[in-house]
Amino acid sequence: MGAARQGIFESLRRSIGRDAAADAVAAVDERLNRHPRGLVPALTRVGGAAAVDLFIEKARKVAATVERLDAFDAIPAAAARRLAEWNLPAKLRLAPGMANGRVDWASSPMLETATGPSRGEDLATLTGASAGVAETGTLIITSGPDHPTTLNFLPLGHLVVLSVRDIVPAYEDAWDLLRAAGPMPRTVNMITGPSRTGDIEQTIQLGAHGPLRLHILLIDEG
Amino acid sequence: MKATSHAFVDNAHAALGDGQLRRALGNIETGFQRKRAAAKLGLPEFEALRDQAKAIKDHTLAHLDLYLERFETQVHAAGGQVHWARTTDEARQSVLDICRQAGARSVLKGKSMVSEEMGLNDFLQDNGVRPIETDLGEYIIQLRREPPSHIIAPALHLNKEQIADSFRDAHPQFPAERPLSEPRQLVDEARSVLRDAFLKAEVGITGANFLVAETGSTIIVTNEGNGDLTQTLSRVHIVVASIEKVVPTLEDATTLLRLLSRSATGQEFSAYTTLSTGPRRPDDPDGPEAFHVVILDNGRSALLGTPAQDTLRCIRCGACMNHCPIFAAVGGHPYGWAVPGPIGAALNPGLIGIEEAHHLPHASTFCGRCESVCPMKIPLPKIMRHWREKAFEKDMMGTVPRLALWAWAWAAKRPRLYRWTTGPMMAVLGRLGRRKGRFRSVPLAGGWTRHRDFPAPQGQTFQQAWAAHQRGARRKGQ
Repeated sequence: MGAARQGIFESLRRSIGRDAAADAVAAVDERLNRHPRGLVPALTRVGGAAAVDLFIEKARKVAATVERLDAFDAIPAAAARRLAEWNLPAKLRLAPGMANGRVDWASSPMLETATGPSRGEDLATLTGASAGVAETGTLIITSGPDHPTTLNFLPLGHLVVLSVRDIVPAYEDAWDLLRAAGPMPRTVNMITGPSRTGDIEQTIQLGAHGPLRLHILLIDEG
Repeated sequence: MKATSHAFVDNAHAALGDGQLRRALGNIETGFQRKRAAAKLGLPEFEALRDQAKAIKDHTLAHLDLYLERFETQVHAAGGQVHWARTTDEARQSVLDICRQAGARSVLKGKSMVSEEMGLNDFLQDNGVRPIETDLGEYIIQLRREPPSHIIAPALHLNKEQIADSFRDAHPQFPAERPLSEPRQLVDEARSVLRDAFLKAEVGITGANFLVAETGSTIIVTNEGNGDLTQTLSRVHIVVASIEKVVPTLEDATTLLRLLSRSATGQEFSAYTTLSTGPRRPDDPDGPEAFHVVILDNGRSALLGTPAQDTLRCIRCGACMNHCPIFAAVGGHPYGWAVPGPIGAALNPGLIGIEEAHHLPHASTFCGRCESVCPMKIPLPKIMRHWREKAFEKDMMGTVPRLALWAWAWAAKRPRLYRWTTGPMMAVLGRLGRRKGRFRSVPLAGGWTRHRDFPAPQGQTFQQAWAAHQRGARRKGQ
């Protein structure tokens, strides 16, 4: 393998026509350290309520559903209602970050909950999101002890709790938050609507391998 | 994969006679072209982003060695491993070694064009490791033992009846009389079959749309979620990618992402864009325990600094083939290698050799639509012209076209003779064809007129028309 690596880099430097020259190294370091933003589309020049409205509009455009709640306490009842609407049993697997936090799941005794990663038997899951990007209604969910990645992809119905405070206009804003939060997590999922495929005669079908339905519970505590 | 590009002409003829294929290819206009046009209209900065995207890749290619080194460093820092491969042989051996170390009998695969380039599936199968494609389109063509016919819609060439037949053959566990006439039923059946495979996953292989030097992350852009299930449920995640996939920073990747889905499917953003960095952390509740990135060169480093370098900007959106009249007529299979369409015609001669691929750069009308829709502004016709010259230099054109070109060049270098012969010729042809505006057959051009009519000239040569125009302009000026 050492020979392959050496061969590739020799060929690259031969073709590029220079060695690892100091000024080239400096240019690369500069770009990596400063990570300058490119052109950010004008539609992201919104803040506050307008950013939230844009997020909701874009998420609905890609077949996600969005519901506004005024408190974290309202989540269990809203989740139970949504499962009933989807005609799914009142069973929900929770991300640890949503189970042992500000939500009192005991307030909805009819809703059966479990916590932790999914092994595939769960029809519905509920996770948080670290950010929502208004530009395209995209949820950002990062892996970690609080958020097993399997919960985002295995269920038929995925419920996501997002605080309006975590909605940012553009993807670049989400990268700044991510960098501030520490080292890169193993997985950063950018989720924009439910799973879909166009592989059969280019007809769009939802729920290809991932969730058929994506419901966003948007918490605005005022 | 073993290229069949040398047989392009015969395979294209066969494709032109395939009525079912023509019906399937008819979906391209509504499925891809209109959606892309709408997505472009929805983003006023689209053209400016194309310029930025081009600049990002040009900068990266000029510093490719340095960005690849940084990427490697960052993968190591996150606990992953990088394997370098000069050739497809080295790359697939790396993959096989990792599978064997993991004791895997089967591997799940997300969609990857580089794995097609490597001929990975057949190689793994021959060595006792069963590959299972999980992207719906790839799954369908794997059942049918066909190569993909499009880089983002591998089963584009099939209709739903053919897919239903394949499912009935491959899934004997379901009742024989079950209804499979609707796309929904087919999608649900594939979902249930592959769900079992996901839950038994050992090793998962995905491609990469981008490698981020800044963070050591690999990025996949998908819609189905199969790539995420593949890499999350497996104990070992292998990413296969080629050297030109690296970009400097998350911001650079973002600029390209804003163009990718809009150019490909006309979506503003695909359903799933996923960044993967190293294996699962000690306190992560799920995710792969090992993370490997196999980086393939396969001739790309030698294209840097040549007229074909610009093909390395390609982000594999498929817009060029979706807007190509040749691709729309014959589909992807006749191109005979992993990447079809205009980008295949510009890239493949550099990777598999002009001897194998010399037909491909000729499979173009040079209408220029591919270049006009390319988000990375790759000058595709110019690069195809470069390969045509190479093919001509190597005397690979056949005697008749060569003689015809020679005769034309001889006349064109004698302007007066050229005018005297072409003027009357156009006048006669123009009069003969005036009524219908076209000819069903033309002497010495039977190959051309077998499948289409020859448009009748208007009766004047360009030079005559131009001279008349100039005279008119002078009169007006007086």
